[in-house]
This record gives sequence, structure tokens and C-alpha cells, in this order.
Amino acid sequence: MSRFGTLPRRLVHLVIILFGITLVTFFLLRLIPGDPALAILGSSYTHQRAVAIDNTLGLNQPIWSQYGLFMGRLFHGNLGFSFFYSEPATTVIAQHIWPTVFLIVYSAVLAALISLPIGFRSGLHRGGYTDQSARVFFTVSFAMPAFWLGIIFILIFSVNLHVFPLSGFGHGFFGHLYYLFLPALTIALGFSTVLVRSLRAATITTLQAEFVDTARMKGIRWSRVLWKHVFRNAVLAVVAVYGVNLAYLISGTVLVENVFSLPGLGTLLVSSVSNRDYPVVQGVTLLFAVLIVSINLLTDIVQAALDPRVGQEIGA
Amino acid sequence: MSTTWATSPSELLLKAATKAAGRRRSVTRRRLTLIVGLAMLGVAILAVTFAPLLASASPTAIDPLHPLAPPLTPDHLLGTDQYGRDVWSRILYGGRIDLAIAFGATSVTLVGGTFIGLIAGYIGGRVESVLMGLVDLFFAFPFLVLVIAIIAMLGPSIFNMFVAIWLTSWVSYARIMRAQTVVAKKQQYVLAARALGYGRLRVMFRHILPNTASAVIIFSMVDAVGNIILAASLGFLGLGAQPPSPEWGAMISDGQNYMLSAWWLAAMPGLAVVFVGVAFSLIGDGLADLLRAGER
Repeated sequence: MSRFGTLPRRLVHLVIILFGITLVTFFLLRLIPGDPALAILGSSYTHQRAVAIDNTLGLNQPIWSQYGLFMGRLFHGNLGFSFFYSEPATTVIAQHIWPTVFLIVYSAVLAALISLPIGFRSGLHRGGYTDQSARVFFTVSFAMPAFWLGIIFILIFSVNLHVFPLSGFGHGFFGHLYYLFLPALTIALGFSTVLVRSLRAATITTLQAEFVDTARMKGIRWSRVLWKHVFRNAVLAVVAVYGVNLAYLISGTVLVENVFSLPGLGTLLVSSVSNRDYPVVQGVTLLFAVLIVSINLLTDIVQAALDPRVGQEIGA
Repeated sequence: MSTTWATSPSELLLKAATKAAGRRRSVTRRRLTLIVGLAMLGVAILAVTFAPLLASASPTAIDPLHPLAPPLTPDHLLGTDQYGRDVWSRILYGGRIDLAIAFGATSVTLVGGTFIGLIAGYIGGRVESVLMGLVDLFFAFPFLVLVIAIIAMLGPSIFNMFVAIWLTSWVSYARIMRAQTVVAKKQQYVLAARALGYGRLRVMFRHILPNTASAVIIFSMVDAVGNIILAASLGFLGLGAQPPSPEWGAMISDGQNYMLSAWWLAAMPGLAVVFVGVAFSLIGDGLADLLRAGER
């Protein structure tokens, strides 16, 4: 059996999920109570404009052909027209994508840097100093709203200590690194809760594995056993958790971008809600969903590449 | 078939907690976590129930002589906001909204999701494929983004926030319950019940449900933390409770504008969220320890 044995089935599943995603985003627009044209136009409603909108959205056609229209446009990379920005929704979204991507990657890296040492140490010395304090710290931080933590960070580091900027995105790579440090840290702390606990549990399980005893009996130095055998296997178990929870990072990003006024997709999403810019809302939702599905697939592939057993276990 | 694809962070947290918990900790210590959590939640519930007795002013009363008074000012324990409204009173009354969401949203999704998971797991076949496919589909969206998108379409309000949560967050329960049911289905007590000729409904609700409910109940506590934070987050973004109402997230959002001069406006309501969140977390941890230990 090949190590990527279940991948073809995964791909079929992927296509079905992608199809479902388009269905959900399409039907989102149907949730608008009453007349969508009226909701979009608000006080500037006139009959001509309403008819124009009905035509652009295809609202005057039967629902299945509306979906066909939606899908046809989607394959041409057309997410509809942003009524608020008077530009294609794809253009608007493309303008806001970079800060979000930067923030997601940045906080994912920070989260790994924070949680790998803490989680591993907590697992090695159960009930020890690190374990106890991490437990308390992360119980509290799990209950903290990300946006509130962001504000507290601004209060401490920007308003009082003047170490980091209040808001904004900065210029150049290092400018981004500097400006986005607090936002990324805010998201990373929330994310770390899950990672630390998973890595701790994985470390504890791995320590009890027979191959650890074997390695010790062979006379390998303990530090080497820890690094080469325990750590690597424990981290392997957390890779899945890590990939799957990148979805969680996206939720964090939406909130934190709004706290720090970053020009990303999260702020765009929220402002589009109040602007009733439905095509943009639809587009951002679709984009995030596709992003998550791709990350999940990537996680599966990475996992199968790292650990030959994975591909076969899932098939069973 | 359901796969190992996306799972919510809270589910994973729960798994990690229950895996590592238990053996080493004594019974009293386990109970202690639960008791402290219950006590904290009790305090919060009593405080918001008896808000009129504890509050020093009406949550919307304006005190034009003392705008932005710092905490520990006489008559204003936690200070006042830009209109001179008492922050402590607003937190008490706002807690009614946030706690109502925690209970209202969580209980409905707990019951609905459990029911769906039970049916999918027990009946199996095509029903299971369809229901679990739906669950996988929902997991493909970032939870917050989907909730925001639904609220965007329905219009921002507290009720639509409930609807958005109801529509989306049953999936975790369904997934957990289905997994439990699939395992239980092959166990002897279920086989015995079926051999006795009991009907499907009776086996599902009288036999499987009572024996497997602990997992979803523990999870509902973690979920309640998530819902409290979600309610506050949506209030903060202006998509939940609307401004004059003293919802905690809306208060924090309001306070962010006065961050430079009045830190307490944003800080205090957040502490309230953390307090209630920690309470639910501790109850969840305590229940997990207690119920899992009982299963061994």
C-alpha cells in the first residue's frame, strides 16, 4: 500500500465539500429577509435601481439557474460587484488579503514558539512548576476574548510603555513584523492554549511508549532520547491539531484586525456587514472556507509524509 | 463517513484535558475544581439576578457631573463612562444579556446536536452520511466568519445572533455524540436491549443516551465559554447587542474609544467575561475529571 493510500478518497471528499461550500455561500444571500434589492439600496431605493440589482444578482430567475449563474461567474473568478466600493468584489478582497495572510502566518509561528517549549516541559515534568503555572495561565487565557486581550496589550505596551504602535500595518517586511507583533501575540496566546495542552498530553503518552524504554536500554543518553525519540513523536501527534486549528486563527484574525484597525479581510468583512455589501461578505466567507479546506488537506499530506502509518490508519 | 478532518479547538482541548487528567489527582482536588467553578458561576448568576439590589445606579442613568470618573470614586465603585453612567451597574445588567446567551445558545445546540448525532450514529447508512457530510461542511467554515456572514444577511440583533449560533454550533455536539453512539451500539447492554425487542427510540433514548451523555455535557461547558466570548465578540463588532444596551462586548468596544483617558471602561467588562469564562472552564474540567474517573 502506498503511503498516500487514502489520498484519492480525500480528494473526492474535498470536491464534495467545495461544492457544499459554494452552496452555503450561495444560499447565504437568500437569508436576507424580504427584498434583497431593498436591503442593499436602503433609502436610495428606486424601482429602476432595484430592477438593475435584480438583474445583476439574477434575482428574477428561478433559483437553480441563479445558482448556475453564480457558479459560472465563480469559475471566471467573478464574485460579483461590490455596491459600496463600486468595484468588482474580487478587487476589493485582493486589496485586503495581504495583512490577513501576514498576520495568520506570523501568529502561527509565534504560537509554535510559545507552546512547543512550554507544552513539552509540562508533559515531561507533570505537576512541576512549568506545568502548574501553564495550567493556570492557559485556563484564564482560554476564557479571555481575543479582542479584549488585544486592548489590554495596547493599554500596557502602547499607551503606557510606548513600546509598540497603537495600530496600523507598517511598511516593509520588518515594519510589518514590528507593527503586527501585538496583534499576532494576541492571537498566538489564544491558539497556544490548545497546542500546549495537546503537546503535554502527547508527551505524556509518548514517554510511556516502549520504544522509549528500548532507546534507554540501548544506553542512549537521556537528553538524546528526549530530543530524538520523545519530542519528535510528540510533535508529530500535534501536527494535526496545529493544522486543524489554523481555522481558529482565522476567527482570531477577524477580531484582532478590528481592534488594531488593520486593513485586512476581517475589518473588510465587518465593515461590509454594516455597509450591506453582500457580495463582499459572500466572497470573504467563500475565500476563508476554501483556505481552511486547503489547509486541512495540506495537514493531511504533511502528516502522511512525516508518519507513514497515518495514511493507512485513516483508511481502516 | 465522517473523517478526521476539522475539529473545533474546544473539542481538542477537551480531549487533551480528559486524556491527561485523572489518575494522579485526588478526589478532593477534583471536586475542588468543580466546586470553585460552580461557586463562581453561582456568584455571577446571583449578581445579575439581583442586579437592582446590588447596582448603585440604573445602567442607563446619566450623571453629567461625573463623566469618566475613575474606579473607587464614591458612589461609583468601578468608575463611570463618558456619559457618567455607572460602570459597575452596567456590568451587572449587561451580565443578564451575556449569561442569557451562554445558557440560551448552549442549551439549544446541546439538545439539537446530541439528538442529531444520536440518530446519525444509531441509524447509520445514508442518514448518517448525509448528516455527517453536513457536519463536515460546517466545519469547513471558520466558525466566527460563518456566524458573521449569517448575521450580515439577517441583520444585526441579539435574536439573530441566537439564530446564527443555533444554526452553526450544533455540529460539534453531533460529531461527539455520533462517535459515542457508534461505539455504544456494539456494546452488550445495547445488544441485550435490542435482543429483548425494544424499539429503536427506546434503545436510543433510554439506553444509549444515559450511558453516553457525559461527553456532550462536559463539552457543553467548554462550549459555554466559547459562546460567552462569541456574544461579547459580536457585541464588540457591533453585530450583537446594540449600543445603549450594556452588553459586555459592546461596553468594551465603547471603552476602546476612551482608552487613552479611561482605561477602566474597556478593562472592567472584559474582567467580567473572564470571570464567567473561567467559571465554566473549571466546571468543565471538574466534570471531566469526575465523570471520566467514574467510567474507569
